[in-house]
Formats: sequence, C-alpha cells, structure tokens
Amino acid sequence: MVLALTVTGIVIVALLGDMLVSRAEEAYRRFKAHRRIDPVAADFDPGRDRRAEARARLLLKSCVNEEEWAMYRDLGFIRVWSIEAGRPARAGSSAAGGYAATDADDGDSVGGYGIDGSYDDADEHEHNDGSEAWWGDEERQPSPARRWRAAGRRSERLSSRADAPYAYLIYPHKPVVAYVPQTGRLLSEHCVEFPDETRPYGSSRLPDSDDVLAKWMALTGDEQRLIDSANMHLPGRQVDPRQLKRDLWRLRQWERERGRRGDEAVRDSRVSAP
Amino acid sequence: MKFLRMKPGHGEVLIAEGDVEVREEEELLVAEFRSQLDGGMWAAVPTSDRSGRREARLARSFDEVPRDAERVIFFPQASGG
Repeated sequence: MVLALTVTGIVIVALLGDMLVSRAEEAYRRFKAHRRIDPVAADFDPGRDRRAEARARLLLKSCVNEEEWAMYRDLGFIRVWSIEAGRPARAGSSAAGGYAATDADDGDSVGGYGIDGSYDDADEHEHNDGSEAWWGDEERQPSPARRWRAAGRRSERLSSRADAPYAYLIYPHKPVVAYVPQTGRLLSEHCVEFPDETRPYGSSRLPDSDDVLAKWMALTGDEQRLIDSANMHLPGRQVDPRQLKRDLWRLRQWERERGRRGDEAVRDSRVSAP
Repeated sequence: MKFLRMKPGHGEVLIAEGDVEVREEEELLVAEFRSQLDGGMWAAVPTSDRSGRREARLARSFDEVPRDAERVIFFPQASGG
C-alpha cells in the first residue's frame, strides 16, 4: 500500500515537474529579457473583425456592379477596366475580357509578363532612345495609361486601336495588378494601401472588403490619382505571377460559365413565354 | 445625405447625416466634409451612369458632391505600399 502510494507520488511529481520546469524556464527567460506579459486588452473582441468584414461586404455589394460583386464573391478579386484606356465595347466572355482586338504580341511590344509568367521586355531598347521609359526606373515609370498612349504614338497600328484597353485586378490588401486582357500579359503591380492612422483598435488595416472597395472607388473615380499615389513595380514583386495566371484562367472560366447561364436563362424565358 | 467612414475593426461608420436643402444641415455637412479631408481622408460618391453601370466619383470639395447623392464614403487616402 505504502509502496503503491509512493510510486504514484513519484509519477505525479515527475509529470508536474516537466510542466513546472518549462514554466520556470520561461519565467526566467522573461525575467532576463526584462519582458512583461502584456495583459489582454479589456475590450478585446475576437468577433470584431468578422463583424467588420461582414459590414464591409454589404457596403461593397451596395456600391459595385452586380458582376463585380459576383466576381469578388466567387473568385476573391475584382477586375476593373481601365477608364483612361477606355472600356471594351463588349464585356464579353472570351479571354478574360472578350476583346476582338488583337494584342501586344503582334509587334506592338507592350513590355510585361506573359501569361506563362515569362517576362517580355520587347520595348526595353526604347528606353535609351529618348522615348518614354517603361521599365527600370520605378520612380519615373508612367502609369499603364501613359504607357499605352506612348505605345500608340509609336505604333500606327496601335493608335488605330486607341481604345485598346488594359484592366486591373483588385485583391484585398495586395497590389493592384495591371494586365492586358487579350493576352493575360502582366504589366505592372501598383502597391497601394489605405492606412488609417487613427488605429481605433491598434491596427491601421481596413477590413478586406473595405480595402477592395477603396481601390475600386479610387480606380473608377480617379484612376490617375490612385496610380500616382501607388508605388509601381514590375509584376511578381508581391503577387506570384503563377497565382495571377491561375486567377486569370479562373476568371475566363467564370465568365464563360456565367455567359452560358445567361444564355440558358434567356432561352428558358423565350420557351416559357406564351 | 449620409457620410460614411471606413474604419479598421468597424466596417463603415455613420459620421454625419443631413439634408442639403436645409441650410443649417448643409453647413454641418460642409464642415464635416472639410474636417474629414483635412484629416487625410479621400471622399468618394458612388454613382450610376445612364446605363445603370456603377462607378464612383472622388470629390475634392463638397461642391463636387452631387446634390442628390445619397452617401459619401470617406476612406484613408492612398499611399504607396
């Protein structure tokens, strides 16, 4: 009996010892580092961010177009056509935009990343001839709109398609990515954020959907102002080109499916009409 | 007209509301608008064109806000990330 109790006591002490020793070591390390355990804020609320995001989604939904909302809901990003470059004649179902116009692959040499992620600096040589520099000097890089117009000046063929557009992908808390919809060629990353320095709960980050809405409003409201405020970089700096390639593919599939469902709905309504 | 402001941890917050046809309320709205812009906010007005397509308009002064706008959304100004 005594032996059993003794053994049990030893086992308990051994088990507790493991826990107590690790805690004692941690306390000692903290003491040596003169660190204190930060008390949890009295108003800490783990559901706050979720509620904020839910409100932000409602606001986003009430502001953007139905297609854009569905895109964000289903894919997690929004495509915005560049207003400066002109909107497509038809927001269609093919090639992430549905343009009939051909692309920069035909010699008009819009530098950037192909959809396969490879960089094409077809116009890099023009950097030295006095014309507008597209890459290299990030501080002086013009916006895609200016680059597109510059390309138009250089190429008669392109200037005949003055409304040949590019588009942006808006992700929450990631750079705005400019790309050529016809080819999926990536043009640039516009690193921009909307920090609220009042930091009401210690963070300056807006909820995800508010960040997307802020970018959407700034792009559709004053594209050049947003682009001028952003730091422009080559594609691939913050957003993985492979992810972009995948997202553009998903966008094409999504638009195709959406177009197909729209056609079916029209057909159904015709069939059911008396 | 409602003034909404995006805030971290909140979503949007109603910061002012008033009728622009009532002089006193309009003055309050103008003052609040200036205050927000002075505090580093950008102001956007969600709009729709004739085809129903939605866009936004960035307003740099209260004069640029359409009189019939239902809401103005303030958000922190953009900075390079």
